[in-house]
Amino acid sequence: MAEAKEDKALLRATDVSEVFGGLKAVADFNFHIDKGELVGLIGPNGAGKTTAFNLFTGVYQPTTGQIVFDGKSIVGLKPYQITQRGIARTFQNIRLFSELTVLDNVKIAFHFHVKYGLLETVLRMGRYFTEEERIDKEARDLLKIFHLEDKADEVAKNLPYGAQRRLEIARALAAKPKLLLLDEPAAGMNPQETKELMDMIRWIRKEFGLTVLLIEHDMSLVMGICERIYVLEYGQIIASGTPEVIQKDPEVIRAYLGGEA
Amino acid sequence: MKYLRINDLKMLALAMVIFAVLQLLITGHIMSSFWQLNLIIIGINVIMSVSLNLINGYTGQFSLGHAGFMAVGAYVSIVLTTNFQVPFFFAILAGAIAAGILGFLIGIPTLRLRGDYLAIATLGMSEIIRICIMNIQYVGGAAGFKGIPHHTTFAWVFFFMLFTLFFIKNFVNSTDGRACLAIRENEIAAESMGINTTKYKIMAFTIGASFAGVAGALFGHAFYLVSPNSFTFMQSFNYLIMVVLGGLGSITGSIAGAFVVTFISAALASWPEFRMIIYALALILMMFYRPQGLFGYMEVTNTALFRKFLSKPAVKTATDNSEKGGSANG
Repeated sequence: MAEAKEDKALLRATDVSEVFGGLKAVADFNFHIDKGELVGLIGPNGAGKTTAFNLFTGVYQPTTGQIVFDGKSIVGLKPYQITQRGIARTFQNIRLFSELTVLDNVKIAFHFHVKYGLLETVLRMGRYFTEEERIDKEARDLLKIFHLEDKADEVAKNLPYGAQRRLEIARALAAKPKLLLLDEPAAGMNPQETKELMDMIRWIRKEFGLTVLLIEHDMSLVMGICERIYVLEYGQIIASGTPEVIQKDPEVIRAYLGGEA
Repeated sequence: MKYLRINDLKMLALAMVIFAVLQLLITGHIMSSFWQLNLIIIGINVIMSVSLNLINGYTGQFSLGHAGFMAVGAYVSIVLTTNFQVPFFFAILAGAIAAGILGFLIGIPTLRLRGDYLAIATLGMSEIIRICIMNIQYVGGAAGFKGIPHHTTFAWVFFFMLFTLFFIKNFVNSTDGRACLAIRENEIAAESMGINTTKYKIMAFTIGASFAGVAGALFGHAFYLVSPNSFTFMQSFNYLIMVVLGGLGSITGSIAGAFVVTFISAALASWPEFRMIIYALALILMMFYRPQGLFGYMEVTNTALFRKFLSKPAVKTATDNSEKGGSANG
């Protein structure tokens, strides 16, 4: 936690803890992610990974500690304010706008970047048409990246599972984040889909200049694309480092396999 | 996006034709005065149900107090026209603004509640409004306000209804409207997509309330006497039936719901005690066989018949959604 590093980190959590009643979901959590990095957060079930995500996105407020994003504290902000600052996320249990079309799902996430007022909306004048045209085009471009362009007019709930996961990522990208949080993006996908997803995450990260933090149980995905990995157990970080280091770390092996390795 | 504007003009032209036909029937005394009055009531009910649909159907906030806002609009405007000789148009505007402000103030605390709790809170609020009016002697108290100038004609109602439909249709098909839809679909996801959910809930509630104010002002000037009994809980429930019957989240549905319910109650005018039984039966049957309402999320402008009438987008890909363009016919 040297001062010099402070500038490089896009998101930094210092001594964060989250207490639910008597349960410490996350304790003494120290974490940072630098601009442009692709970092993984792994750990056994119930280790507090999603709680960490909820802390970063303002769904929970930390009991103690500080979270700084892009040089400013985000503690106390509402989720939508944090998204407007540049953190977008996907959800472990898919949360699409299920009765709306695929295209509308993506368009909604552009909301903060749309520049026309209520009067222009209602009278259909001024910037309404040009802005709507722009959103429409940008949304379709995003869908194309995720191979959803021919499903644009389908209702989101009718998409196959893998496509819904991809749509969630597309929707998160439409909010134009600096930091993308992916909560188990490969959950329920077959090996082939997981591989495609890996390539896609690599590609969008390069294309959009994103910083990515992901939670994942699929070790091939985590070890394959993450540059750095944090391992959580019982709310505490027990190891961090490159995939090679993590794979050999005795603490991590113990946490995952048990025994006194 | 030019085609959207052309479609709006086409729908406007269609609305004018409908208006001309109906107006001709009225001025030519072909339509009996009973049905003339019902036509006015249908128009007012369309305004009520479409604006309630914005809150209940599009934003997914279960409000049960729409008649309360209507009462505010009605009383503010009739006091202005009767006691202060304010021109009708400005009285309607004042009624709308008063109802809107009240909606805004009531929305801030109550919209933190969800589902049933919100329904109970809004129901209580509309009862409070009604009982307050009942106890203000200046507006006639429980006996009602008498001697109101008879300003409301079919033309007034029709054009305000048209304005309401266009307003709400355009609102729904914009980024603000999509924000409201997102709240209905999944509030947590909406919030994490950068949508200030509280702001949009209050916005939808305020807009809905102001249009209820407009409807109230028109309603107030349609009769010589207005009493607080016209704005009871049953009345709010009536509008809810229209919205649910027509389809939550469909403007066409709200229009259809207003038509059907008003016709049923007009046809059963001689047997008022049967009305509620028939409503209840209709709702039960609806829930069994078509829980999404007559139209569901459908708009009449998305049907094959209307597609022929309306201009198509230049590129095949442009969205169908924006073609909702003109569900705004009478």
